[in-house]
Amino acid sequence: MSTTAILLFAILGLGFLITFQIAKASEYVGVLKGEKKSFEQSNRVNAFLMVVFLILGLIGIYWCHDLFYHRTLMPYPSASDHGEKIDTMMFITIAITGVVFFITQILLFWFAYKYQYTEKRKAFFYPHNTNWEILWTTVPAIALCVLVGFGLYYWYQVTGNAPEKALQVEVTGKQFSWVYRYPGKDNVYGKKYYRNIDETNNNQLGIIWDDQYSHDDIVTTEALYIVKGQPVKINISSRDVIHDVGLPHFRMKMDAVPGTPTTMYFTPKYTTEEMKKITKNSKFEYEIACDQMCGNGHYSMRGIVKVVTPEEFILWKAKQKPAYLQVFPDKDPANQQKSADSTKPASPPVAAN
Amino acid sequence: MSNEAAMHGHPEVVTTHEAHHDEHHVHHHKETFITKYVFSQDHKMIARQFLITGMAWAVIGGLMSVLFRLQLGYPDQSFPILEDLLGRWAKGGKITAETYYALVTMHGTVLVFFVLTGGLSGTFANFLIPLQVGARDMASPFLNMLSYWFFFLASVVMFSSLFVQTGPFSGGWTAYPPLSALGDASPGSKVGVDLWIVSMALFVVSSLLGGLNYISTILNMRTKGMSMTRLPLTIWALFFTAVLGVLSFPVLLSGFILLLFDRHAGTSFYLSDIYIASTQTALPNEGGSAILFQHLFWFLGHPEVYIIILPAMGIVSEVMSVNARKPIFGYMAMVGSLFAIAILAFLVWAHHMFVSGLNPFLGSVFVLLTLLIAIPSAIKVFNWLTTIWKGNIRFTPGMMFSLGFVSLFISGGLTGIFLGNSTLDIHLHDTYFVIAHFHIVMGVAGFFGMFAGIYHWFPKMFGRFMNNTMSYIHFWVTMIGSYLIFWPMHYEGLAGMPRRYLDYSNWLSFNQFNDLNKFISTVAMVVFAVQLLFLFNFFYSIFKGRKVTVKNPWGSTTLEWTTPIIAGHGNWPGEIPEVHRWAYDYSKDGREYISQTEPVTPDEKPH
Repeated sequence: MSTTAILLFAILGLGFLITFQIAKASEYVGVLKGEKKSFEQSNRVNAFLMVVFLILGLIGIYWCHDLFYHRTLMPYPSASDHGEKIDTMMFITIAITGVVFFITQILLFWFAYKYQYTEKRKAFFYPHNTNWEILWTTVPAIALCVLVGFGLYYWYQVTGNAPEKALQVEVTGKQFSWVYRYPGKDNVYGKKYYRNIDETNNNQLGIIWDDQYSHDDIVTTEALYIVKGQPVKINISSRDVIHDVGLPHFRMKMDAVPGTPTTMYFTPKYTTEEMKKITKNSKFEYEIACDQMCGNGHYSMRGIVKVVTPEEFILWKAKQKPAYLQVFPDKDPANQQKSADSTKPASPPVAAN
Repeated sequence: MSNEAAMHGHPEVVTTHEAHHDEHHVHHHKETFITKYVFSQDHKMIARQFLITGMAWAVIGGLMSVLFRLQLGYPDQSFPILEDLLGRWAKGGKITAETYYALVTMHGTVLVFFVLTGGLSGTFANFLIPLQVGARDMASPFLNMLSYWFFFLASVVMFSSLFVQTGPFSGGWTAYPPLSALGDASPGSKVGVDLWIVSMALFVVSSLLGGLNYISTILNMRTKGMSMTRLPLTIWALFFTAVLGVLSFPVLLSGFILLLFDRHAGTSFYLSDIYIASTQTALPNEGGSAILFQHLFWFLGHPEVYIIILPAMGIVSEVMSVNARKPIFGYMAMVGSLFAIAILAFLVWAHHMFVSGLNPFLGSVFVLLTLLIAIPSAIKVFNWLTTIWKGNIRFTPGMMFSLGFVSLFISGGLTGIFLGNSTLDIHLHDTYFVIAHFHIVMGVAGFFGMFAGIYHWFPKMFGRFMNNTMSYIHFWVTMIGSYLIFWPMHYEGLAGMPRRYLDYSNWLSFNQFNDLNKFISTVAMVVFAVQLLFLFNFFYSIFKGRKVTVKNPWGSTTLEWTTPIIAGHGNWPGEIPEVHRWAYDYSKDGREYISQTEPVTPDEKPH
């Protein structure tokens, strides 16, 4: 055991001992002074502390807000249209609950102070009052109707069906990373079956290569590329345990459940580059955080989202080689071209027309 | 069965209550150490057994949180002492990922079930129900004893799981499959889960034996004149708690048994389409639904939080009324709101699953039902506020913790309105906002209810008082510390910081809170140390505390204070007192308090 640890335990032990001695001494003093007198004294002290706690607490709330608010996501605009709705809902809820919070907490500690024991006062026998009780049943009920109303209004917008023109991306979680798949030019994902998963042969998702639609599918683990201003529909699945696609900057989240595909959709509003300027942070990246406990590497299951302009997206996509061609390089027209070129150097280009 | 017969459990003493009471005091059972302290059938002893076992678990569970807070607060420091304590689980003095996840899982399981359910309900239901309804003991003292020993057995199994080679279960206290079903996905999901499930099954048995007993005692064994509407609110709260437990724990057990089948019998209730990378195999299971487990789990899991908070509410209502020297405001509204919460508890479970791919329409139904709970909760808060309004408040330690409970319940309850609203839950789900919410409203508030109860009924339990100075230090440090720990966590949640992460240093979005995490960890350690002071005060006062010299030290109306200072098995030496009025006649007609046993005089105003 290190010396600092021993020192810490010694201080702790000493603290206990001193507290205990003071506590015992004050009990004896109480007995000497008379039970009633010492009770009245400690009652006054605690009543006073109640109101001190209230005031320091309110200052503390302000101070805490001042320290930490700018480190949250709230001062910056949400990176998606759905996120903006969620932020609006957040502010409505903060306003309503904030009012209730301050009223009830102030009443609680103020009453505790004001109605502390004195010999003169007789407590007021007041067992019930129907009018008051009706009041504080209906007022919260109305406030909640407002919150439920706004909440569900936004909820249906956020969870509605993605528009037809939405960009399709599939995100698959596995212990402990993310795999992204784009359906390619035909905009249809090739079929997959989990028993086809073959890590050694570059088939992380179990894509069925016999399916024609799979041949142009792009599979990448680099980053999730999506386009500013274009709705994106994310098809989410998992390969092993439950994960969760958490996108804090977009205020979106959806579980990845093995055997049960899920989806989310939203429209990105700012490119990664724009967000760097908004947050005044040159290192800014949109991150995907796994939000469902998925094993010992849960905390390291990090993904990157790149929001790009439509032009950048076309360029990026053009550079990607379909997974099919990575597995079967001989099927790659570029390779065939090369081998054809080497055997028949004189023949004219095939794609001239 | 009459009270006497229930107490002795001998069929030959099944005689009428009236014929028997006079000679009651001549019954002498030879009590050995074993029958008095170990296999006791006296509800008061069983209550103390639950309390002390719960305290042992609270220390273990709390210590676990100190260990993982060390990692969260000081991720790049190493503590050689940890290696001394934990061996290979903290190689080089740093908590490994495996250890971290085992610690958070066990911390949750232990505190939710073993401390705040077993320790809280087990203690106060056992102690207060027979004393406050006017019964000699529980309906079945023998089942009651079994209830404790099943709890003890569950504790032994859970504790032993900490020492298995592959480690205790580490997939979170909610035990979501497939993670909890597949040993190859996580070492903690090997034998650790089996022990965890066995322990939880034993715990469910204990909880059912206890719950059925509580319900039948409250319904059948109230003394003469004790109508249901004359019951103290503690009893109402414990009654609804027991009903919740009896109806929801079996569902949890069924969920666990299916999980056990998936683990060992090759079934596919929860498993489908799984490829395990560590062994490079695709599992044969197809067609199961991992979400099914979440439904079964939360069908208990949500009522469970009310199983924790309702007894605390009952205790707080009682302690607050006694020490404000005023009747609880709106007794029937308090009972009605407890009832409403108990009903709604069964109808809101899917609000834990808003982002699990649940149908959005179904989600919206659960939003509505969830936010409805805020109405009975608001009624309770306003009624508590009105109870102290124009009172004459004595700040006993029990009263302080009751006031603290109300403050925490408001703070944590209001953040529940954020999380219960599915729109906001998308952003806040599984972030530190959730941690802050449920620790304040369920964890700390539940503990405050428990502390209020312990301080208030300690004189009845042990015939001595606890030391006031240590109690006040305990209260203020815990109160301030709890807010310092959990209030700033809301901000981490608003930054989207996910819970259950070992280390945030590789994240651009969540690494801005290093100083705050350090602060929270430090405060957590101080608060934990003060709980040790409480424990010291508790055990010291059992033997050395100031002696109680009067039967009714708090000037309380309820029946438990009409028993002798140290009540024997059977509670009242003579006849069980008859009840003539409700439990809350404080400061009525110019009198300090009027005991429930006092007949109503003809000129008395009805309340």
